[in-house]
Amino acid sequence: MLGLIDYAIFSLCIVGIYGLLSLALNIQWGMTGLFNIGIGAFFAIGGYTSGILTSPETTAHVGGFGMPIPVGLLAAMVLSAAIGLLVGLVTLNLRADYLAIATIGIAEIIRLILQNEGWLTGGVRGMANIPRPFEQITGGQFEWAFLVMLIVIIGVVFLALEAARTSAWGRVLRAVRENEPTALASGKDATRFRLEAFVVGCAIMGLAGALYAHLFSFISPEAFEPMLATFLVWVMLIAGGSGNNKGALLGALVIWAIWSGTQILTGYLPAELATRAGALRIILIGVLLIVLLVTRPEGMLSEESDRRRDRRREEREDLKD
Amino acid sequence: MSLLSVEGIYGGYGDVDILNGVNIHVDPGEIVVIIGPNGAGKSTAMKAVFGLVKVREGRIVYQDKPITNLRPDQVVKSGICYVPQENNVFPTLTVQENLEMGAFIRNDDYSADLKKVYELFPVLHEKRRQQAGALSGGQRQMVAMGRALMLDPKLILLDEPTAGLAPAIVDLMFENIKKINGLGVSILMVEQNAKQALAMSHRGYVLTTGRNRFEDTGKNLLANREVAEMFLGG
Amino acid sequence: MIDFLQLTIYGIVLGSIISLGAVGLSLIYGILRFPHFAHGDLFTLGAYMAFVVVVFFNVPVLVALPFGVALTALVAVAIDQTVYRRLRKVKPVILLIASVGIALILRSVIQLVWGSGNRVYEAGIQMPHLWMGLRIQNDHLIIVGGTILLVIALHLFLQKTKVGKAMRAMSDNSDLAQVTGIDVNRIIIWTWIIGGGLAAVAGIFLAMDTRLHPVMGWRLLLPVFAAAILGGIGRPYGAIAGGIIIGLVQEYSTPFLSPAYKPAIAFALMILVLIVRPTGIFVGRKV
Repeated sequence: MLGLIDYAIFSLCIVGIYGLLSLALNIQWGMTGLFNIGIGAFFAIGGYTSGILTSPETTAHVGGFGMPIPVGLLAAMVLSAAIGLLVGLVTLNLRADYLAIATIGIAEIIRLILQNEGWLTGGVRGMANIPRPFEQITGGQFEWAFLVMLIVIIGVVFLALEAARTSAWGRVLRAVRENEPTALASGKDATRFRLEAFVVGCAIMGLAGALYAHLFSFISPEAFEPMLATFLVWVMLIAGGSGNNKGALLGALVIWAIWSGTQILTGYLPAELATRAGALRIILIGVLLIVLLVTRPEGMLSEESDRRRDRRREEREDLKD
Repeated sequence: MSLLSVEGIYGGYGDVDILNGVNIHVDPGEIVVIIGPNGAGKSTAMKAVFGLVKVREGRIVYQDKPITNLRPDQVVKSGICYVPQENNVFPTLTVQENLEMGAFIRNDDYSADLKKVYELFPVLHEKRRQQAGALSGGQRQMVAMGRALMLDPKLILLDEPTAGLAPAIVDLMFENIKKINGLGVSILMVEQNAKQALAMSHRGYVLTTGRNRFEDTGKNLLANREVAEMFLGG
Repeated sequence: MIDFLQLTIYGIVLGSIISLGAVGLSLIYGILRFPHFAHGDLFTLGAYMAFVVVVFFNVPVLVALPFGVALTALVAVAIDQTVYRRLRKVKPVILLIASVGIALILRSVIQLVWGSGNRVYEAGIQMPHLWMGLRIQNDHLIIVGGTILLVIALHLFLQKTKVGKAMRAMSDNSDLAQVTGIDVNRIIIWTWIIGGGLAAVAGIFLAMDTRLHPVMGWRLLLPVFAAAILGGIGRPYGAIAGGIIIGLVQEYSTPFLSPAYKPAIAFALMILVLIVRPTGIFVGRKV
């Protein structure tokens, strides 16, 4: 029984990390229309950065600086943001597609570095002994505390994004996404707004990567299979409803449940096919994405539903005045 | 009997109607011009004929057959050609390839029509191997009209054929339109150069806010004081 | 000097393969207005389709090639008509997302059927010809010669046939193509037949040069995009030149940098072009 609860809590931690990624993508894609297919790369940058800074001294890879976890988290965000800034500076004033292509480039290069630069990342053996937070306080049962911390982080990010969405900044982002000429004509520097949204999103992706590293205490190129992570997050956001922050979180929960469910399903496969079960799971999720795009592109909670609610609230406030 | 008749059409882009009951008819052999202020729905009415704008109410009949809300390629097959206002040539294709594209739906020999276009616009024959994007504005307009003629249509729709052309070229373009009409092709056009267009047209329509305002022969509309005050600069 | 020439040979071989992919990608981009992210996986599909024919009928790979090409073209058209066609009315970027989904589905289907190990068309090592101190393999001659033939065929198709001209017309201005009466869907189907077929040839050549693997095509997608951007999006002739340049630069980099980073070189070159001349290094199309 206790095992089951532990499993549930651990699962919720994973869902939370995906939820953060989904929120981050929502700033970039949902709110601003920026296509990022290198989510896995920024996730990995965050994970490895925090891993190198916080793990105890080691000969397996560079660093092992033993720094406190919050320092690692912060550094993860800063480095991911910096790399996002570089990519953005080059591509954001060009056609939208170029950003997408540039982000696969980043994903590919990060993957190559993770695999080939053993001195930096531990190579294919990965990076172990990354400290877990609250381990001493909780005596090994750190998952509870981790989940609480995660919920607080998600809460802060969510509220910040909701505030941003309804703020002038969010309105400009939407204008930039929907109809650039008008936004430009009203004197807004569209490229700067896009860059800001992109960088903020990348920073949150880096944070999610760092949290992942501290949850598992171990990271390797396999764990950061960039395409799979990227793809799952995309499916989550589209299923949940891009442009809608609650949708982003709901999508993370539902798609992660389906994704885990397929694992149980493929568990029944005969042994000789079991090694290929992973492929079958990806096919199922891929088909789900295509079906969603064709039949319900606005997702479970559409952006419009949120805007209607905002409007109702403002009308109520108008009445109060 | 009319070649084309547009009967009380309503429609536009999205939810908002731009056309609020427009009536237009074109008889065989006629040049008909639509004039009116900006936003009156002139180009929209023409696009509605060609299936580029959704018609919500009313109907469009061509040679006794309803063509309301057909797709553009179906309208082309029924024998109407459309020359859009801007970007109306394929810039990286040669002049001759542009003309051949006009005959895309034909599977028979179209060399006679190609010859006819070159006789009408000898300059195009001269430049047939050049990329259309490298031509002058007036020459591009000839390519676009020539492309429309490749199907040997009964009716050509011209959306502001003189927009953006130098005044000297404008006269030449109106001459070209008359020449095309001389081949027996009816013409329905939208024009900004209202005075010249009315002078050369058999009939004209004045649209305002998506409705018919005046309808008369070109000559009478030119003489109409109200029309003159509204659109012809006194 | 000899090393340099040897690298040039490798670069032209790799460049030929990249060119075949880039030219199809560029055509699709020009006509359908979206970067087709599943293009690399069409390479892989083509290679495995030929592999099936090789194993099943016990024929040399060159005999299997036309079947691999035909099957891949068929799959490409089927994907377009069942998935992409339904999404054409919405923003092109939705097509982009869908193509990422298709990429993963294709790759996973290949993994499911053939496993994730390496495979080869023919076991054994090919003895290279030695010519003035240079090593040249038969396969290299086939790849480069085949690419030249295909490029000439594509050129004639685009310049001389009605469908080819209509493809160029749609790439120029698809709205005008529609009002001219060009059957847009028919031209799109032809675009996929050609793009998918060329991708299959590229995949088969790649597998002849190296080996079959479920992510072989995906790994080449970045250089292929780089080549298409270098040549100017929507310009098939530029894409061919771009492919050769990317192939050469990737090989020339190997004495200085671990070969694992070849795709990174392509990426760096692409970023450089995007900064300096976003319309491509040749006379770019106006965007």
